Amino acid sequence: MELLRGALTVAWKDVRLELRSREVIASALVFGLIVVVVFNFGLNRSPGSLEPVAPGLLWVAYAFIGVLAMNRAFTRELENGGMDGLLLAPVSRDAVFLGKMLGSLAFMLVIEAILLPVFAVMLDLPTLSPALGLVILLATVGFATVGTFFSGIAVQTRSREILLPILFFPVVVPVIIAAVEASALALQSGPMTGVWTRWLPLLIVFDALYLVICPWIFGYVFEG
Amino acid sequence: MAATAGRPAGKVSWQNAVRDLRLWLLLLTAVLTLVNGYLIFMVAPTDAVLGHVQRIFYIHVPVSILSFLGFLVCALAGIGYLIRRTERWDRVAHASAEVGVVFVTLALVTGMIWARPVWNAWWQWEPRLTTTLILWFIYVAYLMIRQYAPTPQQGRTWSAVVGIIGFVDVPIVYYSVQWWQSIHPRQVIGPEAAEGSLEPIMAQILVFSLIATLALFAYLMLERVGLRGIEDRLSQLRREGNTN
Repeated sequence: MELLRGALTVAWKDVRLELRSREVIASALVFGLIVVVVFNFGLNRSPGSLEPVAPGLLWVAYAFIGVLAMNRAFTRELENGGMDGLLLAPVSRDAVFLGKMLGSLAFMLVIEAILLPVFAVMLDLPTLSPALGLVILLATVGFATVGTFFSGIAVQTRSREILLPILFFPVVVPVIIAAVEASALALQSGPMTGVWTRWLPLLIVFDALYLVICPWIFGYVFEG
Repeated sequence: MAATAGRPAGKVSWQNAVRDLRLWLLLLTAVLTLVNGYLIFMVAPTDAVLGHVQRIFYIHVPVSILSFLGFLVCALAGIGYLIRRTERWDRVAHASAEVGVVFVTLALVTGMIWARPVWNAWWQWEPRLTTTLILWFIYVAYLMIRQYAPTPQQGRTWSAVVGIIGFVDVPIVYYSVQWWQSIHPRQVIGPEAAEGSLEPIMAQILVFSLIATLALFAYLMLERVGLRGIEDRLSQLRREGNTN
């Protein structure tokens, strides 16, 4: 309970900062649209034939946006000694991690929810199903967990912008693979049994795995 | 023992023992590798379907398995370092990551050499190849983070945590041929191997090759850990020289 209250305090601080500045969500939204436009030129296909690659495009765009949002998770604290304040706060490191992770999760979910209908129009996605929503939620939990963890490391280095993707993408790839496969099934018309029996369990397993490992070793990230 | 006067005798004899072990291991590795080459090219039967190119399998499978071992050692030594905070654990973790990267690179390269005639393509974006490449990326990032860390202390701690979280990918690589419809051949040894998936003589040579590669692995580990010790000593002497 103590842990949750501390985490919510940290998360609420980030949300309040974001509500006042709107820097992450606004920039990530525009960036997400640019990614789709660049894809359009890169693939050079007629809109109707995008269906087979649409889930992949969706998740590459989400992954890019994710790394952008994750970069901000801790760089925000660099100004005015925010990092010292955060580390000296009378909450455990687990609570700091969980709070940061919940904040990033909230930002990403908002961005994804706004962009999804836009993608649906621009990429001509056939359906928007509840299964897809669940897939996005689960995959974003994995994203936010791994991303927050590595953001904590990357922020302490000089080359933080490049180090975060190098660390983050390889580790989060299992989540991306499962998300792409599950989304492809969720977007298909017809029975969605494959989503429930194969890819959702895998997503849940990875989420659980990272949710156990990341807070456990996060305490070591901010020492020395 | 005039040359080593002024040092505790116990430490010297321990160092000598390691040096002797290293030499013996090098000799053993050399002999095993030569015999292994003979077995692979002269004794092993030619594959009925794939022909001579199949022989690369006797190298490919052991180096893949030992890269997994390298990353397992890396994760365990990382945990050891986080608990004990001694240089020795970090040296082992660092060495095993480097040796693991070399072995997984060899696994990728030998796999590509095999794939060119068999699949008619150097590379296929299929699960096992992709997850193995991801493994390579993770441990390259592991080695990079040591360079990018502001202080060596942070480098050791961060690489330890990356080594622990990165190990998650290893079971994914192993089980990828089951989870996804993969065109990569299935496991022939280990817990998931099907009964009778390999001719007895082929299995015996594979086990021999595994032992030879294990000797190479152990030798490289010992050599690299020793070298890291010398590197640490050098940087310590440099620091002392700068402060004086």
